[in-house]
Amino acid sequence: MSYVKIKRPKFSLLDKVYVVELVKGLAITMRHLVLSLLGKSRGKEDFSTKGVGVCMQFPDERWDSRLPEYYRGAPTLVRGEDGRERCVSCQLCEFICPARAITITPGEVDPTSNCQKQEKAPAKFEIDMLRCIYCGMCQEACPEQAIFLSKEYLITLTDRKQAIRDKETLYRLGGTRKGLVNKWNQYK
Amino acid sequence: MDAIINWYNDLMSNEIWFYLIHTLLKLVLMFAVILAFVVLSVWIERRVAGWIQDRPGPNRAGLPLFLLQRWGSKEKQPLKNWLQFFGIPETCWIARLCTWLRLDREIPCWGLIQPCLDGGKLFLKQETTPSYVRKFYFILAPMLVLGPPMVAAAVIPFASEVNTCYGHISMCVANLDIGPLWIFAISGLSVYGLTLAGWSSNSKFPFLGGLRATAQLISYEVSMGLSIIPLLMMFGTLNLQQIVQFQADNGWTLLPLWGEGLSWQRWAMMLPLGISFIIFVTCVFAEANRTPFDMAECETDLVAGYHAEYSSMKFASFFMGEYAAMVIGSAVVVTLFLGGWSIGFGADAALSAYSDWLAVLCQLCMFIVKLLAFIFFFVWVRWTLPRFRWDQVMKLGWLYFLEITVANIFLAAAVLYFIK
Amino acid sequence: MSTPPAILPKDAAAAEGKVNVQINGKWYRFPKGTRIADACNSVGAHVPCFCYHPKLSVAGSCRMCLVEQGMPPRQAPGTTPQYGDDGYLPISWMPRAVIACANTVAENMGIRTTSKLTEEARRGVLEFLLSNHPLDCPICDQAGECKLQEYTTDYGSGTHRFTEEKTKKGKNLSIGPRVNLDQERCVLCRRCVRFMKEIAGQDVLGVVGRGTHNAIACYPGTQLDSNYSMNVVDICPVGAMTSKDFRFKMRVWFLKSTPTIDVNCGTGTNINIWTREQQVYRITPRQNDAVNSCWMPDDHRLNYKFINAPTRITTPLVKTDAGAGQRPSTWDATFNMVVEQLHRMAPSETAMICSARMTNEELYMVRALSKQLGVTKLDIVPRKGENDGMLVSEDRNPNTNGAKMILGKTGAGLANIRRGVRNNTIRFMIVLGEDLTAEAGFTAEDLAGLEYLLVVDHSENETTKAADVVLPGVTFAEKYGTMINVTGRIQRLNKAIEPIGDSMSDWEICRNLSERLGCDCVRVIACPTPMSVLDEMAQEFEPLEGITWGSIGNEGKVIMETGVTIPLIEREKAKK
Repeated sequence: MSYVKIKRPKFSLLDKVYVVELVKGLAITMRHLVLSLLGKSRGKEDFSTKGVGVCMQFPDERWDSRLPEYYRGAPTLVRGEDGRERCVSCQLCEFICPARAITITPGEVDPTSNCQKQEKAPAKFEIDMLRCIYCGMCQEACPEQAIFLSKEYLITLTDRKQAIRDKETLYRLGGTRKGLVNKWNQYK
Repeated sequence: MDAIINWYNDLMSNEIWFYLIHTLLKLVLMFAVILAFVVLSVWIERRVAGWIQDRPGPNRAGLPLFLLQRWGSKEKQPLKNWLQFFGIPETCWIARLCTWLRLDREIPCWGLIQPCLDGGKLFLKQETTPSYVRKFYFILAPMLVLGPPMVAAAVIPFASEVNTCYGHISMCVANLDIGPLWIFAISGLSVYGLTLAGWSSNSKFPFLGGLRATAQLISYEVSMGLSIIPLLMMFGTLNLQQIVQFQADNGWTLLPLWGEGLSWQRWAMMLPLGISFIIFVTCVFAEANRTPFDMAECETDLVAGYHAEYSSMKFASFFMGEYAAMVIGSAVVVTLFLGGWSIGFGADAALSAYSDWLAVLCQLCMFIVKLLAFIFFFVWVRWTLPRFRWDQVMKLGWLYFLEITVANIFLAAAVLYFIK
Repeated sequence: MSTPPAILPKDAAAAEGKVNVQINGKWYRFPKGTRIADACNSVGAHVPCFCYHPKLSVAGSCRMCLVEQGMPPRQAPGTTPQYGDDGYLPISWMPRAVIACANTVAENMGIRTTSKLTEEARRGVLEFLLSNHPLDCPICDQAGECKLQEYTTDYGSGTHRFTEEKTKKGKNLSIGPRVNLDQERCVLCRRCVRFMKEIAGQDVLGVVGRGTHNAIACYPGTQLDSNYSMNVVDICPVGAMTSKDFRFKMRVWFLKSTPTIDVNCGTGTNINIWTREQQVYRITPRQNDAVNSCWMPDDHRLNYKFINAPTRITTPLVKTDAGAGQRPSTWDATFNMVVEQLHRMAPSETAMICSARMTNEELYMVRALSKQLGVTKLDIVPRKGENDGMLVSEDRNPNTNGAKMILGKTGAGLANIRRGVRNNTIRFMIVLGEDLTAEAGFTAEDLAGLEYLLVVDHSENETTKAADVVLPGVTFAEKYGTMINVTGRIQRLNKAIEPIGDSMSDWEICRNLSERLGCDCVRVIACPTPMSVLDEMAQEFEPLEGITWGSIGNEGKVIMETGVTIPLIEREKAKK
């Protein structure tokens, strides 16, 4: 048998007339309404919030302190402890990005940089935040631990151009990460 | 001054001018009330939906005080500056009241201006007319949706009658003797808007939406008309003003607690009238395309239904048309079953004996309160019931309601025959 | 007891000059002398190779191609061979693997490419190769087309057991004007050394150092500056040799490759154009044993920058008033204006110069246009250079044979036109795809003296600057078409990117002009694509008889006898 027969409930005549069931339903929604207005909605004590219902009054009350470790916010670029730009512009994040938010123009490493062995560094690194879907695949694909998803979730723009974050902005937002990537120093 | 009063007297003594002027005033009042209610009902809808779903609904939109700051200096103008300006000490109760009302940040409106902002947003949205539509009908359709409910409202009485020194005014824009028929006829026209929208969009889902709207409206129009016949048999008139007057004197249709209403004959009529009420209200839901009968714009099957191709203010017209239909539907139900403007328990007669104008004012308030209550009921049902399936809608309309209403007519006739 | 068939397979194969070989349990027949690696690859049993290249001598140094091999045991004297049911002798397998590139197949040989022994051998070889490999794939241009990456994914182990310090060698060394060397990435297959010695004939590369310090380097005082130096980048299986031009430009997995041909000389080298989103990033040779083997010259390879250069003309340019400069216009307006101007021209005072760099389809449409205008002074610009004894032909026009076939011109009439312009008998000129101030020998004054000059070209040059109307054509990377090379082989050009800006294929420009000039020949104006132009030409020109776009194929087809040969191909044939 390729199908499963679902057992349908038997309805009495009263159920079929629907009026009683309708009134029951209306009673349920009315109970919710009254409890909301009284500020006694179920589950409210879990949120230490004011006001109607179990909603958090967003700009006034925020969830920030309770964001989990694995929260996926805006992607950023990070520097190592030694101040080295970790990104070597291998373009794997650009390749994996399902929304095509990342655009990298590869280039030679800055001649004044402290790691000439790395040879390659992005000349331009842009993430279009209007395209980004915060999936975290860039972070997963990165072989250099250079791109991380921050906890920044509030990205407000007044202009489409603002949505494109350049390399400087991304490094500023990402800051420095602990843990040495020994790949490009003399020990290798 | 005397000249003006004389001119005014002359003008009002002329029957035609008197008629024109008071009709125009009523018309303006009527439209203002309905449009205000359309806006208000959107707010009610969203607030009630929020409460039912354990959230606040739109509660933020107020008039922010930063608007005032912009006009003046760049510095912030907190509340105390204003208080200082008027010389009110900060510890005074006025100051505390203002703070409690959040006047230090904004002028709170409990989200009431949200619909206005939404309207403004829709005005500013990009207007797109797809290249493949039939342009003339595409533009005509939203107008046809918004127009009929407004016209249908003309026959609904919102207060009793007044005798002035210039003549008699009935508080109803058009005191027709065919009130309910007028409403059915005109509000039935609005389906042309939906059908045209669906057809002229030249697109699959809107077309199906338009078809559904037509079929549903035709199906339920029949039961709707038939369902109120027991009512009309009891009232013996089709004039809505007289119907409401009858209810004011002899008890509301569903609440016969005074006047003749206390007789056992009236209570015997409650059975057919109750059936009428349930069926009529259901049909009003169906006519207004409200959940659980919003088959024409059922997202799950039809994307957005007949208005899938519309944007900006054209879409807003459909939106408003629907709410206008809801307001008018509520008004009709209130008028026919819940005593219209009548305050009840003989208060109408007592008030008009005291002052006609006071009575009219109270009655208008009463009407609005009843209207709001019924709009709330509309919303309440919407957030309680899931949408029917299309075949269920058709089956309900043709297989149950039609038969029940016809049987109900005979039942009412029999009851009337026996109690007379 | 088994009963062998009446005719043994070995005899049947020997009659064809072939031998029977069992590969992964199945029997195949190969010509005598086939290398095991080639035999296995030809039947889908893939054998990984670093050092083996079919066009170079065998080195057998990488040991990557180890396979398990077996032969029938040697018969004891006086015994008769015991053939099985299938007519083959039983195979006894050798305890150690052999390299597939240096050994040839033999009768009744057995080969296993997927056995445990082979897998282990490959894993071991890869582990040794990777013990000193820097693992800098994120910055390596070869990543994505790197054999070491591929084989490690297929056969390597996921972990690294080598905890000692890796050997340090030179990185990012410039060993020539166009090639960079990274000695750490090198797997010492010596393909580059063999290529420079055997094909390029410039023996500059060698292996220096001993043991783990082995490295590729140029001999002292030399550098890798041959015109064929970039081929070592192509044949390098890892990222040791990288192109300076393509260095850090784009990762190869973003690039789309389009098979087409080179238009810098009459050889018509087969190439792949690598593009991403309207941008050409590099050109690599495509194997065609009748034209260019696996190689191409560097100057042709690097001559693609003009495709995406800012000097490209992207909209029609018109001079509306005398003395005024050129300004951009739309196609429709420009066509209308050009047609009006062409109607006013006297055909006897008009000359047309087109280019043997155009495809056959374009030349056909040029001919149609000249017929429509009644112009008889029509010719191409010949280009001669030196034959480098390898791939570069002395004819630097890629389609001289096509021009000869379609227009019947070889550039002999060019001098006449030049004289006509100078003595003012030619006052109107239409130039397609040529800069007259270059090889054609015109001067800027000649062009300024013309009453009307219409130019179709893809990039700005002296001629377009002097023109009254410039119609933007396309480069070879943006069009479909066919060309006939010096050996008489018709080959296809494929479109790698869409025309840049508003530019339009030259054949389309000519067709539209002819149509607007009142041409009523359906065979001209009804052609929707270059393929249908080719069909039309096939009916008119005898060499093209039976030729269609599909029948040409990616390797082309010889359609005429010219007696010209390509030296490198001749040498390769002689070697066999």
